[in-house]
Amino acid sequence: MANLRDHMGRPIVAVTGIGVVTSLGVGKKDNWDALTSGKSGIHPITRFPVDQLNTRISGMVDFLPSSSKGASHLTYELAETAAQEAVSEAGLDSGDFGGPLFLASPPVELDWADRFSLYNSDKQDAGAERLLRVARALKELDVFETTQFGSIADRLADRFGTRGLPITLSTACASGATAIQLGVEAIRRGECDKALSIGADGSATAEALIRFSLLSALSTHNDIPEKASKPFSKDRDGFVLAEGSGALVLESLEAALARGATILGIMRGCGEKADDFHRTRSKPDGSPAIAAVRAALADAGLSEDEIDYVNAHGTSTPENDKMEHLSLSTVFGERIGSMPISSNKSMIGHTLSAAGAVEAAFSLMTMRESVIPPTINYDNPDPAIVLDVVPNKKRNAEVGTVLSNSFGFGGQNTCLVMAREPV
Amino acid sequence: MRKVKKSPDPQQPPMSSHDVVITGIGLVSSLGEGPDAHWQKLMQPGFQPVLEAERFAPYTIHPLPEIDWNLQIAKRGDQRQMETWQRLGTYAAGLALDDAGIKGNDELSTTMDMVVAAGGGERDEAVDAAILAASESRNDRDVLLNEKLTTELRPTLFLAQLSNLLAGNISIVHKVTGSSRTFMGEEGAGVSAVETAAARIRSGQSTHVLVGGAFQTEHSDMLLGYELAGYLHRGPWKPVWQRQGSEGGGVVTGSGGAFLVLEQREHAQSRGRKIYAELGPVVSGRARRRRGELNAEIAALLKQARLPDGDLLTISAASGAHAATAAEKAVLDANPALAARAFSTLTGHMKEAQFPFAVALAAMAVDRKAAYPVFDATVERPFAGAPASVLATAIGYHQFEGLGLVRAA
Repeated sequence: MANLRDHMGRPIVAVTGIGVVTSLGVGKKDNWDALTSGKSGIHPITRFPVDQLNTRISGMVDFLPSSSKGASHLTYELAETAAQEAVSEAGLDSGDFGGPLFLASPPVELDWADRFSLYNSDKQDAGAERLLRVARALKELDVFETTQFGSIADRLADRFGTRGLPITLSTACASGATAIQLGVEAIRRGECDKALSIGADGSATAEALIRFSLLSALSTHNDIPEKASKPFSKDRDGFVLAEGSGALVLESLEAALARGATILGIMRGCGEKADDFHRTRSKPDGSPAIAAVRAALADAGLSEDEIDYVNAHGTSTPENDKMEHLSLSTVFGERIGSMPISSNKSMIGHTLSAAGAVEAAFSLMTMRESVIPPTINYDNPDPAIVLDVVPNKKRNAEVGTVLSNSFGFGGQNTCLVMAREPV
Repeated sequence: MRKVKKSPDPQQPPMSSHDVVITGIGLVSSLGEGPDAHWQKLMQPGFQPVLEAERFAPYTIHPLPEIDWNLQIAKRGDQRQMETWQRLGTYAAGLALDDAGIKGNDELSTTMDMVVAAGGGERDEAVDAAILAASESRNDRDVLLNEKLTTELRPTLFLAQLSNLLAGNISIVHKVTGSSRTFMGEEGAGVSAVETAAARIRSGQSTHVLVGGAFQTEHSDMLLGYELAGYLHRGPWKPVWQRQGSEGGGVVTGSGGAFLVLEQREHAQSRGRKIYAELGPVVSGRARRRRGELNAEIAALLKQARLPDGDLLTISAASGAHAATAAEKAVLDANPALAARAFSTLTGHMKEAQFPFAVALAAMAVDRKAAYPVFDATVERPFAGAPASVLATAIGYHQFEGLGLVRAA
């Protein structure tokens, strides 16, 4: 009989359902097959014209019915699709989940398509005045709901029968990990037996691309899209904007065992630390990211030696990969050169608000399948970053524990520690 | 057999027992800044709100007061990296940290957790207007967008209006770095932020948490966010409770912000801080309003909050939105012990900041042992004596509901 309480006397939190959507496909099987064969989902942008754009590639999800319907609709469909897979796998009632919902999703704004359509439905006056006048005559709530920060979660709460006021959150590129952390904490506090944590991002609009481009954050290696995301390589030049979703059903181990659920993994620990240095850059000594990793290990009750594999944030920006290497080598010392550390983003790009959840899903699958997905496009290693990045080809390996890193603009650092088995 | 769901008991958490107290309050609204300025104005019977009826006509708003940003955001460089909403929130957060004696204390700042309720989206109105104007004569609107946005957007604007960058700026300016989480979702985000912060303290996860939000309404997109569903009140201003049947949807917005420092009682006592009040149960819900569940949900939340016997001063964050405000009023009327004060009559609706603002006003009344006079003499009734407990409500104009009970420390 497994322990039901962790080293701090809290309920152990198990994962009993996993769902995922990325540019590689819908569902765990398609994603895992592609990921372990080193296939890239990065492709030329077709959703909107790329005239004037420096970056013309992405990891957009172009194959869902909502793919062309705007950020809010696509984010909802991504979240719903991943959550449905997770809840089904957990064997729970997908219309009456009965636990709280934590949703990581991008901040919403009125889509340009709607802005244009509202504006051009009338000819009187101009600018904001016209938009407001047209807006108040609308008879339907559809457009309104795409502008409310809580609406996607509200729809998901209806769809899955989650309990209480759903929490929608943003910690930028760490959001998906924060959604999982909130679920873990709610179970540990005894507020619920189970929680649904989702990270979803379908916000790769032209404006989003331009905004990141203006910050020089994106790769401009447009010619061979599948080669553009090259974490830890010397010639990395930015991340590739992408979409996707990941969902986990979290349950107290006690409740999961009591109902005979299959335990897919254990959420051992979560750690976070905010950075006060700069809006987009990390403190040069890496101390906040280091503190976040250490906090996650401490929360998990594990020492540095007990982490088998790191699922890197690994965005392929010059700054992130350098700082992530600095942080990891500070925490893990000499061992860092021989620990496997790979970046899923080399294949799926950066799914922003979803990334932490998508990568937690892949981390759990890495442990279950005993296969580490590679870091592809690792043809030109950065000599300043000496890591075993599992270059270009998957590796068969027993992995009992994973550290998954998520770092974001605004000084956000969140790390998750997962384990294959209960203690 | 189905397992019975555990019901969390906000007063007796399972892990360990730590009371939550309020040790810092930072407020900004059209009434001014800080607890004292708000108290003085709110305690004047018949106080008239500060209104701006011209700039956004036909909408009336409650504008920001004059603020010297330098007082809380010392570096001009930092001020330039934020649009008004982020600056306002960072400013209000600084007021709360100062009030709690945390600002400038490295040990306390670096171990402080933070939950911010945020909106965002202060776009460049001039760029947007130019794109819309050009769209009238072009069919290749997507190409137009690329042309204009790549050349006219200020590169730093993205971050200056991004939701989680209010928290990011609070970290940079005030050095709060224990943890940083941003919740989104209108009034509900403010409720969840306070609820989560309190739960963290009760369970021993946090010793002190900065929690709050801000809203800057003086931007056309912030009005559009309501008006796409016709929520804004038009025509002459009226108190919150009296807007049913008037032109428009009943909401009059205001710029402002509210941040609280919530602290474990032992932690506050050990550093000898003044305690405004104790934060008791905080409860939240999601009525399926289209099915007519709102009245029942509010009534259920009142039960869960386990209110004390006797008359109870109730600081209501009612927005004026017709359906939600009517539902709240019906439930309040059915509970004659509750003496409501709808503060948005005087401040306007501050969206994500509504619930933290309500909790702050409740804490001030408990601390100063006096009830606010009626803000609307035709609907609200006087409350005699010193309130030992005060209820704070936030019933979202469109979705999500929450309540909190504040008690004498």
